[in-house]
Amino acid sequence: MLHVPPSPTLARRLFDRRGWCAFALGAAVIFIVAPFANLATAEASMLHLSDASIALAGKLFCYAMLALAMDLVWGYAGILSLGHGVFFALGGYAFGMYLMRQIGHDGSYHADLPDFMVFLDWKAFPWFWAFTDHFAYAIALAILAPAALAFAFGFFAFRSRIKGVYFSIITQALTYAMMLLFFRNETGFGGNNGFTDFKRILDYPLATPQTRIILFMLSGASLLLLLLVSRFIVTSKLGRVLTAIREAESRVMFCGYDTLSYKLAIWTFSAAICGLAGALYVPQVGIINPSEMSPAASIEIAIWTAVGGRGTLIGPLVGAVVVNGAKSLFTAAIPEYWLFFLGLLFVLVTLLLPKGVIGLVDAPRWPRIALPFPRKERAS
Amino acid sequence: MLRLIVGLAMATIFCAPAAALDRETIARLAGGDAEEQRLALDALVAKRDVAALPFLRDLLADHVRTADDGVFIVEDDHGLDALQRTPVALPAELEEVSTSNSVRLAIEESIAALELASPDPATRLESVKRLQSAELDEARLALIAEAESRERDSAVRDALRQIRALSELQSTHRTVRLAAAKALRASVSGRVREALKARLSVEEDGEIRVALTRSLRNIESSLAVGETLGIVFSGVSLASILLLAALGLAVTYGLMGVINMAHGEMMMIGAYATYVVQNLFRAHLPDHFQYYLAAAAPVAFVVAALVGVVIERLVIRFLYGRALETLLATWGVSLILMQTVRTIFGAQNVQVENPAWMSGRLFVTDNLELPYNRVVIILFSLAVLLLVSFLLARTRLGLFVRAVTQNRTMAKCVGVDSSRIDTIAFALGSGIAGLAGVALSQVGNVGPDLGQHYIVDSFMVVVLGGVGQLAGAVYAALGLGVAGKIFENLVGAVLAEIGLLVFLIVFIQKRPQGLFALGGRQAD
Repeated sequence: MLHVPPSPTLARRLFDRRGWCAFALGAAVIFIVAPFANLATAEASMLHLSDASIALAGKLFCYAMLALAMDLVWGYAGILSLGHGVFFALGGYAFGMYLMRQIGHDGSYHADLPDFMVFLDWKAFPWFWAFTDHFAYAIALAILAPAALAFAFGFFAFRSRIKGVYFSIITQALTYAMMLLFFRNETGFGGNNGFTDFKRILDYPLATPQTRIILFMLSGASLLLLLLVSRFIVTSKLGRVLTAIREAESRVMFCGYDTLSYKLAIWTFSAAICGLAGALYVPQVGIINPSEMSPAASIEIAIWTAVGGRGTLIGPLVGAVVVNGAKSLFTAAIPEYWLFFLGLLFVLVTLLLPKGVIGLVDAPRWPRIALPFPRKERAS
Repeated sequence: MLRLIVGLAMATIFCAPAAALDRETIARLAGGDAEEQRLALDALVAKRDVAALPFLRDLLADHVRTADDGVFIVEDDHGLDALQRTPVALPAELEEVSTSNSVRLAIEESIAALELASPDPATRLESVKRLQSAELDEARLALIAEAESRERDSAVRDALRQIRALSELQSTHRTVRLAAAKALRASVSGRVREALKARLSVEEDGEIRVALTRSLRNIESSLAVGETLGIVFSGVSLASILLLAALGLAVTYGLMGVINMAHGEMMMIGAYATYVVQNLFRAHLPDHFQYYLAAAAPVAFVVAALVGVVIERLVIRFLYGRALETLLATWGVSLILMQTVRTIFGAQNVQVENPAWMSGRLFVTDNLELPYNRVVIILFSLAVLLLVSFLLARTRLGLFVRAVTQNRTMAKCVGVDSSRIDTIAFALGSGIAGLAGVALSQVGNVGPDLGQHYIVDSFMVVVLGGVGQLAGAVYAALGLGVAGKIFENLVGAVLAEIGLLVFLIVFIQKRPQGLFALGGRQAD
């Protein structure tokens, strides 16, 4: 199904000594340089990093997590999901419930209930809002709710051996159905407007630079951690079986492997990552609404992954940052050309760079200047 | 001519001395003041002025113009005097007569009331049916009672009797009420049902209560038939739209294995082509405006097909056999197409008008009316379906398409130019999507994101039907359409859509290959 040969050399190289150096450098930037440049330097200074760029970077980290999650299922297991937006949004909504409760009486109506419930004339929280005023519970819910949905959905889908395009299309149906559901007011998630107007988190005000930088660092830490875990997974036996499933599922099955549980494991883990990304995304962006579940939003995640390069772990992160960085630039400068650019980028990457941007690094005939580190000879 | 003479004769015999239409009434009707118009109409009906019918019809058809020195009827550039209906020279300054919707309704009812005197029983029955849903005042009731007394045709008389009975339900005389309750038995009307219910809640007389209950039960069962038929009709109408949306996809995805995410945008292109053709007709051929759809359909087909050719040659050609990648690449194409349309036509929805012959509705019973545009679309989708199946099953081109999709190498070996066939097949699928766009422009908004609304639905139909099966797509569209409308009546539109999506997800678990799975080696 997939014509991209696995690229073990690249994945390995990104975690050789130089790779680890880059990793440490990234960590240093996230935990030391950026906070220092944002908090400790004067506004006018050359070194100063504005709050806006910190917020943007935090958002990009969340997108990168999504791309990483997509790469695990699509790049390594060959399962193209067009529904990852659902898991992301579910995590966002779960944590959003906590943030809504943190508003307390500071809403427009100064009531116990969130504004939209007062507006709908509800008297009490619906049952699924129970305990959401506890931070730890909300975090757990943000990770476990998408994972549970993914587990149930995946179990039935993989058990029936739905794969390829069929699987993609039913995940699209899933995200579309969930979007319609969340658009409704009586669902209890704020309908059209979703959740917004958050004031504080753990009783700290959200709007201060200190809170922002902490959220930024948390997102960066999660991303780096998940990158390590994912790298562990794909290089372990689990990852190898997954790659084998991607290449020829039937043969793996005939060899006696229970492919269902392998696929289900990576699928559920991927959804949990999306949930965590959603939980980190919502306080930084300040809003969550059903448009995150639109089929187009989910397809965009696949775009980032493909642009960066599937099956490389690091490529999708690059893709997410490049595409969303371009989006920020374009929509500010020439908004009417953004869709042209995105569309064209996608067509061209699919046609010309099946291995994505990262594939350029690996290309045998690519000029050596472009390589950040010396090439090793391939085994074969 | 004979009919006219007989009609006039009947009118003079049966009606109260027919007062001829006069200039003053005409001026009041054409005056534009809604209250004045309504009073004039009532006066006409009270006078049983059959002579006013042609003028009222002209008024309804927007043929009436006013000028300083009189009222004229303008038809195909010929001017007629409103009263004498003789050709006259038109003054330079003409003003259209404004008729609000409520006035139009009143005019229609007045025509119906006056047509009760028509010599043709079918026309009379039609006018009675139209009066059934109208609010009746004293004057109209007197007219109806009078018409009933001289009516010879039993069907028309029964219908008139029922209308009269509706007002007699409130009578203070017990026998009149009882008779009315019994007379309403055969009625099929939501209004009568409500009236009976209201009466039943206050009626104290036991015998009348029994009669009321019996009539009510009767009406409810006949209404249920109409309601069921109504749901089935709207289901079939939804199905025809789903089918149109899915047919092109059944060709590109079902036969060629290309996941065309830009399929919805092909429909959008078809809809915009319709919009352009409409504007061209309005600007250059205003007299033939009602035929613009006939021109729009081939134009939309050709435009969408050409875009399809370009996409196939530039993008899809390189991705055959890599279904997931065509999915992503064509999604990029769809973004480009959407933005292109937005750049050319603007981000707002554009106005596409139904031609006159498609507006209005076919009146079947009191609670079953079929809008003409829906009926036309059902017929249109049937025609497209027949065309596609004919093309695929009976023509040389269809044979080649099937050959290439079944076994490309073998087809090449026997001399089929497979890359040409690919292009043609993709163009065909896109063209059919363009035709779907023509139909969609007649029932919904035409805007840059039109395609996005239908893409999930069309995939649902194709996947549910089973890939590569036209028949499957037909059954799936019918099933989803009718089931969707039944759900919609039970739980509302959005929950119905969610229900269908969940159904699809569950269904694919059970039958991953769709309703009509291909057997043997083609499966998987």
